[in-house]
Amino acid sequence: MSKKTSVPAENAATPPSVAVPSPHAKAPANAALNAEQKIELYRKMVRIRRFEERCLPVYNQGKIGGFLHLYIGQEAVAVGACSLMGKDDHVITVYRDHGHAIAVGMDTRALMAELYGKVTGCSKGKGGSMHYFAPDLNYWGGHGIVGGQIPLGTGLAYAVKYKGLKGAAMAFMGDGAVNQGAVHEAYNLAALWDLPVLFVIENNRYSMGTSQERSSAGQLGKRAEAYDMDWYQCGGHDIYEVRATLDEALQRAREQHKPAVVEIDTYRYRGHSVADPDKTYRDRKEIEDYRNTKDPIQLFQNQLLHEKVLTEALIAEIDAAARAEAERAVEFSEASPFPTADDIQKDVYWETDQPQRTSEGRIFFNSVK
Amino acid sequence: MATLTYREAIRAALSEEIERDENVVIMGEEVAQFNGAYKVTEGMLEKYGPKRIVDTPISEAGFIGMGIGASMLGIRPVMELMFWSFYSVAFDQIVNNAANVRYMSGGQIACPIVIRGPANGGTNVGATHSHTPENVLAHHPGLKVVVPSNAADAKALMKTAIRDNDPVMFLENTLLYGIAGEVPDGDITLPFGRANIAREGKDLTIVTYGRSVLHSLAAAEKLKADKGLNIEVIDLRTIRPLDVDTVLKSVAKTHRVLIVEEQRPFCSVGSHLAATIQEEAFDELDAPILRVGTIDAPAIYAPPVEKNFQLPNPERVIAGVLKVLA
Ligand SMILES: Cc1ncc(C[n+]2csc(CCOP(=O)(O)OP(=O)(O)O)c2C)c(N)n1
Ligand SMILES: [Mg+2]
Repeated sequence: MSKKTSVPAENAATPPSVAVPSPHAKAPANAALNAEQKIELYRKMVRIRRFEERCLPVYNQGKIGGFLHLYIGQEAVAVGACSLMGKDDHVITVYRDHGHAIAVGMDTRALMAELYGKVTGCSKGKGGSMHYFAPDLNYWGGHGIVGGQIPLGTGLAYAVKYKGLKGAAMAFMGDGAVNQGAVHEAYNLAALWDLPVLFVIENNRYSMGTSQERSSAGQLGKRAEAYDMDWYQCGGHDIYEVRATLDEALQRAREQHKPAVVEIDTYRYRGHSVADPDKTYRDRKEIEDYRNTKDPIQLFQNQLLHEKVLTEALIAEIDAAARAEAERAVEFSEASPFPTADDIQKDVYWETDQPQRTSEGRIFFNSVK
Repeated sequence: MATLTYREAIRAALSEEIERDENVVIMGEEVAQFNGAYKVTEGMLEKYGPKRIVDTPISEAGFIGMGIGASMLGIRPVMELMFWSFYSVAFDQIVNNAANVRYMSGGQIACPIVIRGPANGGTNVGATHSHTPENVLAHHPGLKVVVPSNAADAKALMKTAIRDNDPVMFLENTLLYGIAGEVPDGDITLPFGRANIAREGKDLTIVTYGRSVLHSLAAAEKLKADKGLNIEVIDLRTIRPLDVDTVLKSVAKTHRVLIVEEQRPFCSVGSHLAATIQEEAFDELDAPILRVGTIDAPAIYAPPVEKNFQLPNPERVIAGVLKVLA
């Protein structure tokens, strides 16, 4: 098995990710898009960014607890990938999950309320930033243990195939997660049993403060070869490139039940989490270079201006709407109540949440409350 | 005496042991170049170099297992889990290999490893990051389990842990890292299995450990001020070995016991303590032993709900004391 170069760049001399017009505009997945759909892709990326930027002051006011891992800089990956999902396709990701959540269509009010720990949050205030879920949108989380979601994504693919459905699962992970044993066990199962799963590595070059070179031997995607799986590598800054690559891999997964590893080059602008001072492992210039030359929103804006799909007026309108939406999410969250003490023991077991118990015996044990 | 934070005290112990024994190696995710996720190992890479302070990939089963293997050949690895919550990824290595290798080899192989990191709730990091596995670890003969509550104990117990020839599970607390205390100078160690009577009293014994000691002491002061009660507070320091004698002596004096722990009550450290006390001092008891612990559910995220309701706090400890005394 080998590396697939799905969409050859037209001009190898120009880095494919920064070229306008995008060399991937003519890929089938992108050629099929109408103007409205393109605007929607752009709008989603802007909505993710404005949502997350709005989270920061809320966090700094102490209204968000725990960790806050921002996705800023990586928006084209989640939006590109999730825009390809059909009704039997599924997605699962890590704690850096806000982008995927908005990309699949979750309501930003429920997402913000979850950060506030309010009962109106998408997980009723029980999960927090790292644990967003929306099974009704085929979005299976938001997982806090590095690598732990990859067997789950493989299981989603197993279930899709078992039921005879023509769908696939995309299991996202970071570049640091590829070194977890669970990931390798999942690779083997997927390849051995021909499961329709894409292992999507969002390679933002760092796992916390550790660069890829300091944590991983060899090329990340290439590990697929040891399991006789195909693999792809593509840029994650040009949303057209993300879509072109994943579209091809998804079709193979859906139609031939072929798993693949897809390594996508991307970059996060913020620290690992908001608590990371981001001082020890990369220099400012590197971040600035990405911002200035590869920003996924800017690139797509340029592309759509070039295609005459976007206008300056529309750009401003989309931006204003995204800011207003983020503001509404904050207002909604502020006005929402916290869960109560009694809520702590709800949602632990299916059976205790039902009107009637199905088993006997004592389930919960409490000390003095 | 020096005033050190809990974090600095652990760092001091690690540094002194690194200097004392060339086989001591510190390993874990982000411990070196990033100075530690919680800055326990800050500055140590610069001081001791990359042979002694080693960054690992995110591969808990791999590097913890590797440390166990290296310890069998006489290395003394001190492995950091960024959170003890991630021990589950390395669980097989810990409970099957570290705990059992001595036994299964008929005593031929020692495993002098320390696994350390924070294990606590209260920081709103949700169910996957808030585990307190001291009961799970202590359930496995072969492992030793240490949960220090203050800077001085943390330093002395860490030194003991590194010199110990058995696998030692050392459970710290992110909410204690910044708390300062007096730490004696010099090469001070503390034997495992020696509890500390953190506060003397005659009306009731609170048996506790880790951060719950702070809640218990705060509750005891308030009960003294408000109701004139004299509460004895025993800080276990280590869960296995367990200083049963100190607990029983106190029970013989107060005849009433409240256990305070950041554990869910089912099969907790407190369950074991309550069983042991009634087995060995039933006649001394004037009231049932009660427990104050974590509400029996996965850790909730919602910050005020976790803090005010799910976890032990001084108010809940006071309620527990009054219930035992009622
Ligand atoms: C099993 C486990 N070990 C360690 C951690 C702590 N941790 C959270 S994210 C992270 C870095 C992951 O980096 P990467 O996979 O590259 O994803 P990114 O954060 O860059 O998106 C670490 C070490 C964890 N959550 N789970
Ligand atoms: Mg990364």
